[in-house]
Parts: sequence; structure tokens; C-alpha cells
Amino acid sequence: MSETVAQFEITYTRCLDPDGKPVGPLPDFAGNSATVTALYRALVRTRAFDAKAIALQRTGRLGTYASSLGQEAVSVGCASAMRPEDVLLPSFREHGAQLLRGVTPLELFLYWGGDERGSAFAGPQQDFPNSVPVGSHAPHAAGVALAIKLRREPRVTVCVFGDGATSKGDVAEALNLAGIWRLPVVFVVSNNQWAISVPRARQTAAETLAQKAIAAGLPGEQVDGNDIVAVRAVVGAAVERARRGEGPSLVEALTYRLGDHTTADDASRYRDDATVTPHWQEEPILRLRRYLTERGVWSKQDEERLLRETSAEIDAAANAWLATPPLDPATMFEQTYAEPTAELVKQRDAMLARGAERAAMAVAS
Amino acid sequence: MTEINLVQAVNLALARAMQDDDRVIVLGEDVGADGGVFRATDGLLKRFGAERVFDTPLAEAGIAGLSVGLAAQGFRPVVEIQFTGFIYPAIDQLANHASRLRTRTRGRITCPMVLRSPCGGGIHAPEHHSESPEAMFAQIPGLRVVIPSSPKRAYGLLLAAIRDPDPVVFLEPTCLYRTAREDVADDGIAAPLDRCFVVREGTDLTLIAWGAMVKEALEAADALARTSVSAEVVDVATLKSLDEETILASVKKTSRAVIVHEAPLTGGFGGEIAARIAEHALLSLLAPIERVAGYDTVIPLPRLEQHYFPNAARISDAARRAMAYT
Repeated sequence: MSETVAQFEITYTRCLDPDGKPVGPLPDFAGNSATVTALYRALVRTRAFDAKAIALQRTGRLGTYASSLGQEAVSVGCASAMRPEDVLLPSFREHGAQLLRGVTPLELFLYWGGDERGSAFAGPQQDFPNSVPVGSHAPHAAGVALAIKLRREPRVTVCVFGDGATSKGDVAEALNLAGIWRLPVVFVVSNNQWAISVPRARQTAAETLAQKAIAAGLPGEQVDGNDIVAVRAVVGAAVERARRGEGPSLVEALTYRLGDHTTADDASRYRDDATVTPHWQEEPILRLRRYLTERGVWSKQDEERLLRETSAEIDAAANAWLATPPLDPATMFEQTYAEPTAELVKQRDAMLARGAERAAMAVAS
Repeated sequence: MTEINLVQAVNLALARAMQDDDRVIVLGEDVGADGGVFRATDGLLKRFGAERVFDTPLAEAGIAGLSVGLAAQGFRPVVEIQFTGFIYPAIDQLANHASRLRTRTRGRITCPMVLRSPCGGGIHAPEHHSESPEAMFAQIPGLRVVIPSSPKRAYGLLLAAIRDPDPVVFLEPTCLYRTAREDVADDGIAAPLDRCFVVREGTDLTLIAWGAMVKEALEAADALARTSVSAEVVDVATLKSLDEETILASVKKTSRAVIVHEAPLTGGFGGEIAARIAEHALLSLLAPIERVAGYDTVIPLPRLEQHYFPNAARISDAARRAMAYT
């Protein structure tokens, strides 16, 4: 005898089609012009930051940078579903979420320019810095959520990683931990279809990435990641479920990486323009602008003013970044431990003495 | 005061730390009802409850990562990794995250966690149960690496590790767990995390060891004393941060150094200590520095392990070679 002992299904949610037209009843917030225009502004601001970062990198004034072009709705949508006291654990492509949560463009430029002050941000104090190692921050999210649960706080942890990360054991372990203890955490897979050069189809034989949550005993679902109304609705519902103590979930947001993996990557080596071009028709900013325009709450003048304001803000931040001198080299010894060890003091003093000696030699010559 | 063994001393320190500080929680595989495979967490679940002592699934990377998150939120997690042979998946979390959070955020987020793990050989355990990877950890900036050599030391050092504001790897020599017994006062006094201990004074040569090898070095010193060689024994209880001064002062006094560790010779922490001696005390030396270590082989299964691990006889032989120089 054999019988079915478990079954699962994965839902996919979309609110606006690529033309910005509702595909069904919309969530309540979609009718609030102020809310939706605020989302739109955040998307545009993220893309303006992104364009500036790439321009700075291309002219040698920023380090290697990971663009979020095309994926802004996942990032901004997640952050818009969170409260300030919630905790974000981002991968390295969530500029949109960080900006919305109060990390400043200057801090982001500092980070991508190679300055630790970029992660010492003044805004969301408990948010984690970017995780450059792929997926290994997922267990941290479980730990943060466990801390929140042990203290019975009404806070939620949101952890964002890419499709590539779902191949990693860290993510599987984190989902498992979250499931066992019903932790207040939402894992968001920003599925941009590419783990650098490896497309989604060659990363896993699973039909969806969302179903990886099912094996760990937590709900998994898909959402159109280029539809910020849907992202906010679906992630928001998951966040509020977690806040009510109803456990963790995973949301797979389907989006597309329109740019290179990073500024050090050349995507033309592994995918041609014809593959990418159709995805421009689905990108999130145009979609939301069409929706706003159709509703009559967004005009050409609004658009022009927003672009002007955003550009001024980002330019000012970039100039502030370029005008920021590096930290004193001796500071690298300060934060390795709470107090520098005797060995570190010796190494620091040796570095400083050498610096002083060279300066004296330069003066003498 | 009661005479207890090293595993009981670990248990005593854990209970003390938990009693003194609500933020201290204990987690790991089988640490709850089972009390840990070596019983280091015995009784803690009953005393402190399931929210402060809990079993995790079998997932070393996940457990270490979970602790990073807990520590970032202000808890003081003390994690048990069941054997050091199974610690390797957790190294990614230690090297890439726990040790760096403070630097990366300029102190905005810190990681006060302790990762405890039974280490070393000599208990006739299966494969992968006799590792001594301390040198790997000692190379990671931002971590501290501590190895106790006695019950008293285990109590004081573990308290210090738990109270320390940064991540600590605390390696407990399994072969000492039940062999060494001594009086340990539950006085809540922490030992310094940056000091070597001179555990036997001598004048002719310095034996430098840590963990289970301190006992072998002391036995060697006894044997050497019978041949009128006076050996000083230094216990390097904290490999990181290293108390170079105590080691150098001893070597400058005795003019000979023998360094002992269980881990393989090549890349072992003995090389670091030898380099420090060469840099700062070369002109005091009468003899080449000797290292007595595990071989650069896979640790043999228990039938041959006594040929692999350094012991008092091998240490004495090295000491006599050093004494041949005058």
C-alpha cells in the first residue's frame, strides 16, 4: 500500500501587469496615492543612486559595485513592509531597502567606496551590514529572530538573498532553524535569474525556489518581483504573520538582473542582449509610473521635479563622498577587538613609527 | 571547595555565568536533556530552563551563524560544537562574520559569543574526534583562542571568555576532561585572556605547551629533574592574544626552548612561537629551538595514536637534544 502523505502548492501573486494595469482586486494601500507615490519616489531614488554609483566606478572613483538595476521593486517593496524597529539583513544588492530604511546615499557611497564608516550607519541601528559571502547571513537572521522571540518583542527580521544563495547549505540550515522554532523572520529570495553567469535553470532542478521552504516546514510563495504593489502586499502579509507570532515564511520574488553582476563583470560573455531586452518591458519603475499616470496622480511635471530633486540629492552625496578623506590608518587597529590587544598596539605603533620616519625623510629630501 | 575534574569545571563556570548574567544562553547539539555528550552542560536545562539552554539541530554552520545573530542582538551565546572535527563548517561563520562584525560596522554591531569544543586526542575515539585546529583559529583577526590545561584554568578562562565582548573559540582537551582533578573554588573570578602561566619554574630550558600537552610537559620536567635538568613549563592558555612577554622572559632566562603541541608540525602554532623567540630572544639561545608536535599525517586511528601524539618521553628527548648545546 502506498498513499500520499504530504502535498504542497506554490502560489504566484501579481497585482499590476507590465503595463501597470491591475490584474485583479488591489490591496487597500494601492488606492492611497501618497503611499504609492512614496514607493515610486523610492524606486526612482534607488535607480538614481545606482546610476551614479556605476558612473563613479567607471571613472575610478568608487570600488567594485553591485548594481540593483531592474530589481528595485523587491528591495524597496520589502523595506516598505517593515517597521523601523524591525531588522534587515541584506545581501549586497539591497540598496533600495537600505535607502528606504534610512541608510544615507553618502553612507552607501562610503561602503562601496571601501570605507567601513559606510556600515556604521546612523539610521537603522540594528540592521546588519551587507553580506558579501552569499547566503551565510541567513543563519544570522534566524539568530536575530530568536533573540526577538526570546524577548517577546513585536519585531520582525527580514533577510534578503539572491537565487544563487538558495543552493547553499547556510540557507537550508537557516530555514530549518526558523521552522523548528517558528521564528519571526521572513526570508526573501530576490530571484534575478542569474548567479553571476549561471542561469536559474542550471542552479536547481526544483520548479520554484519558494518550495525550498516547504521542506523546512514554513510557507513559501512566489510574487512578481517587478510589481512593487504585489511585493509589498505579499512580504507585508508575511511580516505581519511573523509579528503576530505565526511563524516564518519565505517569499520568492521573481525579477531580472538587467545589468552586469557587478562592475567587475561583463555579462556579454554569457548572455546576449536579445535575452535581456524583453525584460526591459517588465521593469518595475515604468510599470508603477503607468499605474500612477493612469490613476491621474502622477504628471510629467511631478516626474521632472522628482528627477531633479533626486539627482540633486545623489550628486550632493557623491560630492560629499569624494570630499571625505579616508580614516586615519591607525584606526584599523581600533575595532578588531573592543580594546586593542598588546600585539595590535605593537603593530600599530610600528606602522605609525614607519610613517613618521618616512615623513621625516620626505621633509629632509 | 571541592575536587572536580575539567568537565565539571566547565559546567561550574557555565552555571556561574548564567546565574550572573541573564544574557548568557547555552545552545548546541544535545546540550539540553542529554547534558552534552561529555556532560559539560549537565543540569543546566533543569536549572535555567528551556529558553536559556536548548538543543539545536545538527547544523554546525547554522548554529554558529545563529549565535552571531543572537550576539548581535545582545545575548551572550555559548555554543557547544560536539567535537572539533565537526567545527569546520562553522569556520566560515567565525572567519567571515563573527570576527569581523565589529570592524565592519566600526563597533555598531558586536559579537560576544563563545564557541566551545572538545579537542585533541587520547580518548580512543573514532575518526574525526581527535583534531587540534587551534592554529587555524589563531590566524583569524578578531577572534580569541583559549585552551585550558586544568580544571581551575578551565573555570577561570571560560568565565573570562563568556564575559569578553568579542568572539572566543574555547577548546577543551578531551583527554583531560576526567583525568585531571583539583580543587576549584566557585568564586566567579575570571582568569586573564592574555596571559601565559608559568606552571613550573626552572633554569635550564623552557617547555612551552598548551592544553593536554601541559600535563605531558610537566611529566617530562619531572623526568628531566631526575637527570638534574631543571625545566620551566609555560602554559600558553591563550594562543590569541598571545602573551609573548612571559614566553620571552622565560626563554631569556633558560636559553633553551622546546615547543609542544598535538597539532601537525607544519603550520602549527609552535612555528609562530618559534618565530617570536627567534625575533626577540635569538641572542639568548644556546640551542636551536625544538618543536615536538603531531606528524604531518592524518591522525591515525586509535590503535596507533600513541605513536602520533607527543608525550613526556618525546618531550624529554627533545629537551636532552637541546641540553647537548652548552
